[in-house]
Amino acid sequence: MKTRIKGEINRMELRLPAISVNEGIARAAVAGFCAQLAPDATELSDIKCAVSEAVTNCIVHAYAGRPGVCYITVVLLEGRVVRISVRDNGCGIADVRRAREPLFTTGDTDERSGMGFTVMENFMDRLTVRSRLGKGTLVLMSKEIGRSRQGE
Amino acid sequence: MIRTEYRYEMQKKDRLLVVRLFGEIDHHSAAGLRAELDGLLLKERPVRLVLDLSHIEFMDSAGLGLLLGRLRLMRELGGVMVLKSPNPRVLKILTLAGMERFMEIDGLKGAEK
Ligand SMILES: Nc1ncnc2c1ncn2[C@@H]1O[C@H](COP(=O)(O)OP(=O)(O)O)[C@@H](O)[C@H]1O
Ligand SMILES: [Mg+2]
Repeated sequence: MKTRIKGEINRMELRLPAISVNEGIARAAVAGFCAQLAPDATELSDIKCAVSEAVTNCIVHAYAGRPGVCYITVVLLEGRVVRISVRDNGCGIADVRRAREPLFTTGDTDERSGMGFTVMENFMDRLTVRSRLGKGTLVLMSKEIGRSRQGE
Repeated sequence: MIRTEYRYEMQKKDRLLVVRLFGEIDHHSAAGLRAELDGLLLKERPVRLVLDLSHIEFMDSAGLGLLLGRLRLMRELGGVMVLKSPNPRVLKILTLAGMERFMEIDGLKGAEK
């Protein structure tokens, strides 16, 4: 991971063990970082939801109960944009396009809805997923804060 | 803010069961909630289950799985399930998933079925 990207104003890096209690901790930490942009309740909830989805996928799918680390980087960029990456060194995704389709899930034990990527895609402005089988997955998403309130 | 623990209150009248859920619904809290609710449903066998979401502050797609699973059980038991008073953020994910097609959501106009 590069130390600084173009237009970067602020940054937070987290590494959390892939255990389910960290789903709530991760989204609360990211929400805390994003508070500097004074997002409205919906924007904040959208971001929390997207982070929760990505981190849960690390725990449930990437490491599937085995010990592992979830790397979360949040960068504040010029133009009131937050860019969030969630990375794992887990099993990887065989077919990313298919995985991103609504309702697609490989989880059978839990009651997975297959809606995680759909939530990330709809609640954030941009979503990019890069994955290599046996290597891991990188989920990159960004959102401009205040967009819905512009011109009011 | 970091509250993935859950809590609920229930009210029973004949075969109407109202369960008010508190806290956050994610993958972490869903397993416990699922076991708790299923125990309750199998014991009470309501014909109408109302899940009051007014005190749910956060829900992600794990909540969708939880709700659909309980809907399935209610149908097996020959009953119906209704969602009550989700806040606007919770309603947003419910409608993203088209949940209003499968269950009644109070406060949502134009719900089919
Ligand atoms: N980090 C990841 N590592 C490995 N597989 C993943 C990861 N994230 C998602 N997947 C795969 O993509 C599928 C779809 O993910 P998602 O939309 O979140 O639905 P769900 O988690 O409910 O299955 C998962 O079932 C899984 O097969
Ligand atoms: Mg998921």
